[in-house]
Amino acid sequence: MLLQQLINGLMLGASYALIGVAFSLILGIFDMLNIAIGEVFMLGAFFGLALVTRGMPFLPALLIAMVLAGLVNLVVERFAFRPLRGTPPVIPLLSSIGFSMLLTDTAVNVWGSERTQFPPSVRVLNFELGPILVSSVQLVILGTAVLLMVVLHLLVERTKIGRGMRAVAENPETASILGVDARRVIVTTFFASGALAGAAGMLVGLTFSVISPFIGIEIGLKGVVAMVVGGAGNIQGAMLAGPILGIAEVLSVAYLGAVYRDVVVYGLLILVLVVRPQGLLGAVERARL
Amino acid sequence: MTLSDYHQTLLLLTGINILLGWSAYLPLATGQLSLGNAGFMAVGAYAASLLTVQQGWPLTPAIVVGALLAAGLGVLVGFPALRLHGIYLAIATLGFGEIVRTFFLNFERTGGPMGMRGMSGTTLGMVWAWVLACGIGLFVLAHARLGLSLDAVHDDEVAAELIGLNVTAVKVGAFGAGAALAGLGGGLYAHHILFIEPGTFNFLESITMVLFVLLGGMRTFWGTIIGAAVFTILPDLLRFLKDWRGAFFGALLVALLIARPWGLLPRRTLRIPLRRLARTGG
Repeated sequence: MLLQQLINGLMLGASYALIGVAFSLILGIFDMLNIAIGEVFMLGAFFGLALVTRGMPFLPALLIAMVLAGLVNLVVERFAFRPLRGTPPVIPLLSSIGFSMLLTDTAVNVWGSERTQFPPSVRVLNFELGPILVSSVQLVILGTAVLLMVVLHLLVERTKIGRGMRAVAENPETASILGVDARRVIVTTFFASGALAGAAGMLVGLTFSVISPFIGIEIGLKGVVAMVVGGAGNIQGAMLAGPILGIAEVLSVAYLGAVYRDVVVYGLLILVLVVRPQGLLGAVERARL
Repeated sequence: MTLSDYHQTLLLLTGINILLGWSAYLPLATGQLSLGNAGFMAVGAYAASLLTVQQGWPLTPAIVVGALLAAGLGVLVGFPALRLHGIYLAIATLGFGEIVRTFFLNFERTGGPMGMRGMSGTTLGMVWAWVLACGIGLFVLAHARLGLSLDAVHDDEVAAELIGLNVTAVKVGAFGAGAALAGLGGGLYAHHILFIEPGTFNFLESITMVLFVLLGGMRTFWGTIIGAAVFTILPDLLRFLKDWRGAFFGALLVALLIARPWGLLPRRTLRIPLRRLARTGG
């Protein structure tokens, strides 16, 4: 069932792509890696879970989870990034790792470390397209991911604040001389990045129905892989690399065995870093290697 | 002087953590941040355990072979690592650590996910003999030409190359030596804790090694001793925090970096992107 595997890989890849874009936004604009995105994603899943179990329908739950995740990312920015402006990029990387530990442990204490399940929040209808089975859940996931990507694209390319973001990405000093409000750019970018990661958490909750405080490391770090494979800081790159990773993972599970899936994913990461460090679609100019 | 078993264990773990801290310190001394040292630790731990448990080797040669294997792997990883800097090197080493962990998850001879047991024999004296030996090695290194080479490569690779230093050898050597220390620490740890599983050597373990160095200051190898000691003893003093200890350490790391982002690193320890400086300056 190759075609069915491809569809499943695409669903998984949609979430990787969203997380990858969340990492890539911050790296592309500020040249920094915010590891805590993985935990923002995890929290998004738990926020969504809490809302859905209280009977909230999918769409409002998704929006609220996204807003909350965006706010958490603003807190991360406030403590792990803002005080460290002007230090080499590895320093905020380490302090965002500190935030990862803080958020993971807090989630363990609040929700417990067991794997929990999403209750069915979308009515499941199965569509048979010839030999392939597509469920309404999968369509919702794919639709949400595509819609969010389009919204992000419009935000970056068509709005005033998006122009500011691109200006800062190209040259922060010139941008500030030209009157770009750096504060607003930082807040918008971190909020958007957190909201995307939170949405991914909600979608992963729908796909696997299994979430735990540790999915920030288990799944979130694959967003970093999606970012690097697509081209660091390149938003379209992460959108492309997410599905590639998802499909590679599903195929390796199907044909090599479940044990090889992380080897394939991280092997791909190292291969890309060594052979084509700029990634598939090329890194943004500022993301130096 | 007699120490209770409990304090002996604490002292023994401090020694192992000093070795692991140095394993992160050495690559950092040449400007390379590795987030995958738990991978080298796993190789040392599993190799030594295979030799003692399944081949009946005595402990010390088994640990040495484990460290040498880790060193060999470190050199192999060190070469492609030359092409990467800063956060990209950190990401690549992180991926390496995950691959090693997955390898042992699937390696049946060492029990796969079930882990491995049957190791024993690490003593307090043995651990501290290794710490002393490696400490003397690092002391000599810090006061010899080679120590200056590390500094030079760390501060400015291009200038170091221009004055005739073999930058490749220095960086790959530091990476390999760091891997050897991680493997050594892994072998000693496995024969102390008596049971290892792939999850022992996860991403957080790699981070912890970097924390030892950060806390002690990256300027000197002996700072790591302080960092490792504090991080081994502190969790014990903080037992009243119970389940919140991980959160506390995360917050502590963030707070430390806010309070002294440069003070903790009294010197330009990690490469400042020179191009950005050049751009800002003119």
